[in-house]
Amino acid sequence: MSAPVVTAPPALRAVSRARVRHARRRLLIVLSLLVLVVAAFATTLMAGHTFYPASDVLRVITGEQVPGASFTVGTLRLPRAVLALTAGFSFGMAGVTFQTMLRNPLASPDIIGISAGASAAAAVAIVVFSLSETEVSVLAITAALAVALLVYVLAFRDGVAGTRLILIGIGISALLDSVTSYVLSRAGDWDLQAAMRWLTGSLNGTTWTETVPAVLAVLLLGPVLLFQGRNLSALSLGDDTASALGVRVERTRVTVIVAAVGLIAFATAAAGPIAFVAFLSGPIAARLTGTGGSLLIPAGLVGSLLVLVADFTGQYAFDTRYPVGVVTGVLGAPYLVHLIVRTNRAGGSL
Amino acid sequence: MTASHTLATDDLTLGYGDRTVIEGLDLTLAAGRITVIVGANACGKSTLLRSMSRLLVPRAGRVVLDGKEVHRTPAKELARTLGLLPQSPVTPDGITVLDLVGRGRHPHQRAFSRWTAQDDAAVAAALEATRTTELVERSVDELSGGQRQRVWIAMALAQQSDLLLLDEPTTFLDISHQIEVLDLLTDLNRSRGTTIVMVLHDLNLAARYADRLVALAAGRLHAAGTPEEVMTEETVRTVYGMDSRVIEDPVSGKPLVLPIGRHHATAGTGAEPVASSAPGQAGSR
Repeated sequence: MSAPVVTAPPALRAVSRARVRHARRRLLIVLSLLVLVVAAFATTLMAGHTFYPASDVLRVITGEQVPGASFTVGTLRLPRAVLALTAGFSFGMAGVTFQTMLRNPLASPDIIGISAGASAAAAVAIVVFSLSETEVSVLAITAALAVALLVYVLAFRDGVAGTRLILIGIGISALLDSVTSYVLSRAGDWDLQAAMRWLTGSLNGTTWTETVPAVLAVLLLGPVLLFQGRNLSALSLGDDTASALGVRVERTRVTVIVAAVGLIAFATAAAGPIAFVAFLSGPIAARLTGTGGSLLIPAGLVGSLLVLVADFTGQYAFDTRYPVGVVTGVLGAPYLVHLIVRTNRAGGSL
Repeated sequence: MTASHTLATDDLTLGYGDRTVIEGLDLTLAAGRITVIVGANACGKSTLLRSMSRLLVPRAGRVVLDGKEVHRTPAKELARTLGLLPQSPVTPDGITVLDLVGRGRHPHQRAFSRWTAQDDAAVAAALEATRTTELVERSVDELSGGQRQRVWIAMALAQQSDLLLLDEPTTFLDISHQIEVLDLLTDLNRSRGTTIVMVLHDLNLAARYADRLVALAAGRLHAAGTPEEVMTEETVRTVYGMDSRVIEDPVSGKPLVLPIGRHHATAGTGAEPVASSAPGQAGSR
């Protein structure tokens, strides 16, 4: 091993072959996820208490008047499905951003208080101040950003350590949840219904008014995150290594936090904090695709799929209609327990 | 690849919060050589390394690479010339050797640029140099300590920087793996002319593998020069507050430090423990 300058062709061949194989596998999985998302989206539009064939659905989407279908598909199902797709994608992308940046699967925005901030602000706005829907959304988004800032500032001491931020976030989250509960306990019947969606997340009664801002947020902030994808991957090697690789650590961190919190806030304002989607999507995507490339797109697709399937299940699988957040909550809670048990067994702290 | 780069500090003062760690340090690191920094715990070795790679902004003074101030050089441009392997890098769960070493290509890539044949070649060369090619598909978590350290060095090599800073690259390795890592770095230095600057705790390995030694004491430069010039009984006493004998290493001909503690020192060899050595001196900063 005296002259490592010249690369022996076998090493190069081994590297490029392995890399091409990884890239193909990844592409295959991302495409499969995409197909599943499209299938779930189409199913949500066609199926329900009344079934409409694909041809009818297409005609409605292209703007034709189809008796029955125009109302059921065009007014009820389409905005709901689009919001499911969008909110899921936002939660998935934002969740994996936080998890990668803080190098901890527990560091998802729904665990560290950001979603709780949006919920608490919305509950207060509805019950205490009887604000309009738009005002509620604006307040929720502002509160999410404010909580993110608060957690970040409280956790800052010579840079931000993941564990400290997570613990502070969990504390703030509990505090905000108690505010939400208190406010709801004093709410009148009508307000209660409007405020309840801010507890677990629900797509019931979705119209384009809620859906459009969430879609715009994904179109605007999604590319910002994707642009930071490589920097984000480098951050997962630790701040020092990332910096040594030429990443401007603080700048990257602030950019992705603002973009991810924005995504979470707009999605939460439209659909409520759909439980555990942000938390689950990243780890599922990582398990499927491996750690090779950026997880942003796979996690977004997993998020969309989770919300679409969970909402469909909640609507039609049981005698009672359950909001989507109840279904995802049932899925997410066991994983949270599993994660904590596993970390404990490995002897780690968080 | 063998273009020589000069890295120097100019009246550099570093600190965290209200604590000053390094004060007024003037140091020029020899291009194309292996420089080893030694010093007691918390004397500012790692802090110095972090600052030289732009991680820590100086309180005063400058770090200068080829006449340009490091902290004003664009991050990626600097990373193409100067690499750093931190003391305890974070290994993401389940990452493969291929992915980890590939991350070293970051400074050569743009946000959406494609992976190039050049990237492949750099990764392959890095794996080859560290003899980790056969591990390429393995998950880094499953590797032994020595293998893992070699993989991390491969990551830093894939960066293809002419200067490489390493913070205690041999910690947690057994003696044979320590030698393996140091031999590997020497190979790199000799075959590619890579300038290597590292912090080592083991004085004897430091004296053996260094072309130049830098001894820090309490945040200031105590001595710099060849191992023979620097590694003296006087240096060991000042830097570590400990008595010792320094003899010639029968294997390498370099200085060999034999520490003298309160026990097990034979009378008549000049190795009696000296009561006056101040134990409070070491590790005070």
